[in-house]
Amino acid sequence: QLSLFRFTVKRPFSTSHSSVDSKEMKKFQLLAHKWWDEEGEYAALHSMNDIRVPFIRHDTLLSMSSNYHLGNPLSGIKILDVGCGGGLLSEPLGRLGASVTGIDPVEDNIRTADRHKSFDPVLAKRIQYKSSSLEEIVEESMETFDVIVASEVVEHVADLETFIKCCSQVLKPEGSLFITTINKTQLSYVLGIVVAEKIMGIVPEGTHEWEKFVPPEELECLLESNGFSVKAVNGMLYNPLSGSWSWIESTSLNYAVHAVKSGARAQSHATDTLPETAIQQHSATAGTA
Amino acid sequence: AMAALRGLLPPLAARLRSGPRAPLCSAAAAALPLYDVVVSGGGMVGSAMAAVLGHDIHFHDKKIALLEAGPRKEYNHLPDSYSNRVSSISPGSATLLSSCGAWDHVCSLRLKAFRRMQVWDACSEAMIVFEKDDLDDMGYIVENDVIMSALTKQLDAVADRVEVFYRSKAVGYTWPLPSHSCDTSPWVQVELADGRRLQTKLLIGADGHSSVVRKEAEIKNIEHQYDQSAVVATLHLSEATDNNVAWQRFLPTGPIALLPLSDTASSLVWSTSHDHASELLAMDEESFVDSINSAFWSNINHSDFIDTAGALFRSAISFLRPSGTAVRQLPPSVARVDPESRAMFPLGLGHATEYVQHRVALIGDAAHRVHPLAGQGVNLGFGDIACLAQHLSAAAFNGSDLGSLKHLLKFETERQRHNVSLIAATDVLKRLYSTTLAPLVLLRTWGLQATNALPPVKVRI
Repeated sequence: QLSLFRFTVKRPFSTSHSSVDSKEMKKFQLLAHKWWDEEGEYAALHSMNDIRVPFIRHDTLLSMSSNYHLGNPLSGIKILDVGCGGGLLSEPLGRLGASVTGIDPVEDNIRTADRHKSFDPVLAKRIQYKSSSLEEIVEESMETFDVIVASEVVEHVADLETFIKCCSQVLKPEGSLFITTINKTQLSYVLGIVVAEKIMGIVPEGTHEWEKFVPPEELECLLESNGFSVKAVNGMLYNPLSGSWSWIESTSLNYAVHAVKSGARAQSHATDTLPETAIQQHSATAGTA
Repeated sequence: AMAALRGLLPPLAARLRSGPRAPLCSAAAAALPLYDVVVSGGGMVGSAMAAVLGHDIHFHDKKIALLEAGPRKEYNHLPDSYSNRVSSISPGSATLLSSCGAWDHVCSLRLKAFRRMQVWDACSEAMIVFEKDDLDDMGYIVENDVIMSALTKQLDAVADRVEVFYRSKAVGYTWPLPSHSCDTSPWVQVELADGRRLQTKLLIGADGHSSVVRKEAEIKNIEHQYDQSAVVATLHLSEATDNNVAWQRFLPTGPIALLPLSDTASSLVWSTSHDHASELLAMDEESFVDSINSAFWSNINHSDFIDTAGALFRSAISFLRPSGTAVRQLPPSVARVDPESRAMFPLGLGHATEYVQHRVALIGDAAHRVHPLAGQGVNLGFGDIACLAQHLSAAAFNGSDLGSLKHLLKFETERQRHNVSLIAATDVLKRLYSTTLAPLVLLRTWGLQATNALPPVKVRI
């Protein structure tokens, strides 16, 4: 029970435990005005919406089992878009009816996002942007959101575990966490860095550091040991010729995860890494608790 | 490397155009009403587009506007006499109209189903018959007014989503700059004749073959005026008959078609030279009726050579494929014409090189114009609607920006692929049948007979 006590005590996070990496911030600062060029540097992220939005929409509705609202399927659902950048993902979610809060540490990104949404009165009302890190909003947003999306973000954070803990704090019990990121494999080095950045320019050079890529096993482990239950892990593949994404079996390159925060009564265990069998046992008991 | 790669990809930048009018700055733009979709042109195709979107689940909370230059027509009372403007509606088009609830209204007003289509040559005995094996309807002849009446009813039913602006001709369009760069409005602005302005995320041009949307978007149009006009009229038959066959005979001057309206009435569509069309309109009713009957029955254009060659080919076919020659039915003869029903309009071919641009899509005659000989004109338009509505519905369900080229290009590719072959084939047929030169007549005679005998080819048609 010691771990539970530790988990619920509110502790202000100092910047040394911050999940924001200042080096990463500088990289995105330079491209802040390029977000909305569908054919530009962020083209691959624009087309990623074709698979990540349906994934979020579908799995959210499945786990919410709320009444489906015609024309606005995500109506009434509060979503936090962490690392929202220029708002590429916030806007489609807003169009589907959700109330979206988009946060990003880079001020220029937020400025771009605010300006872009301002022309659409419906979106302007549904989406709120804030220049902030995740930790900075934890205090005022405890258990506020139904859904958190962290798309193409966890490979840029300084401390993944802190990040996940914060997600858990601002998420309502049984809320959903959606993550898309890149696996740490030889293949992801060759295709994700060498080809994508240096050769084909699909991703601006220097965007990613292979060292910070996250294998799905590690992510799952961190999630499960911080009060989440992993519902789905799907591989994703980008076809540079067609400029489109598709779902695939293998998670060796890009992948997406849907995890659900355990209900109020379920316990979260210590952060020490447990042997695999213990993790599986834990998930099983959490399910029956 | 990035620039080199992008050079290989289709020049999408060319589709993000800025026109002669400057887009508004954000403050001014905020004052204008913003729609999700504006359809310019309230004819059959424009109205159907608005109705189909208005009835789409994923458009439940969206705002759609339909702009029509003319006044609202009241269709409360259907006149006893038939209108002279009719369309041949394919089963696919009927399905589309069903999807927005309009087909039921059409059926309750009036229409004529036909089971069979007989097409034959004036210069030979060659004939082709289209018939569905299972005795299903091949298509329906419906007055355009009836379709409009049904669509107007269905638009009224979704008035909370679809706003119809009558007497509102669009006189100018302002295109947005590529959206990533600026503080100006990212939407298309539409200026109406009375000075009112609206903004929209997607503009659909359904404004006919001389489309203003297409011109203002500077989309190149391949066009060709046929030196032909179509004469239309409502005819009364000599005797009542089942009248469930559509007839078309290719004369050297152009095809003449008789489309069934009821057991005793048929609609005429006679494509011929401008001079002959004017003559037909000017002559007295008796002579007009005689011309029609003669066109269908006379064998004046036959030559012995062609007849013999045709007969030989036919016996060859019946030897190889006994079922390959169909029974020739005789078209009905015409007794009189409805007094005020004669009219003519010029014919031409048109095809837009692009159907879409950033935030713009063309449908119907604005995108393509065909010769009526294939009876496909409005069906192509309805096909455009079915395809575009499907893509827009999926885009709405994914929260996408409706004006995004990504899904608009998919619509364009699908429809161009379908339309180009049909338009080209129609044009070829028109030219092939415009001659009495023996070799070409023989070619088309044998071709028609062979096509008639080969089920796979016929089914594709």
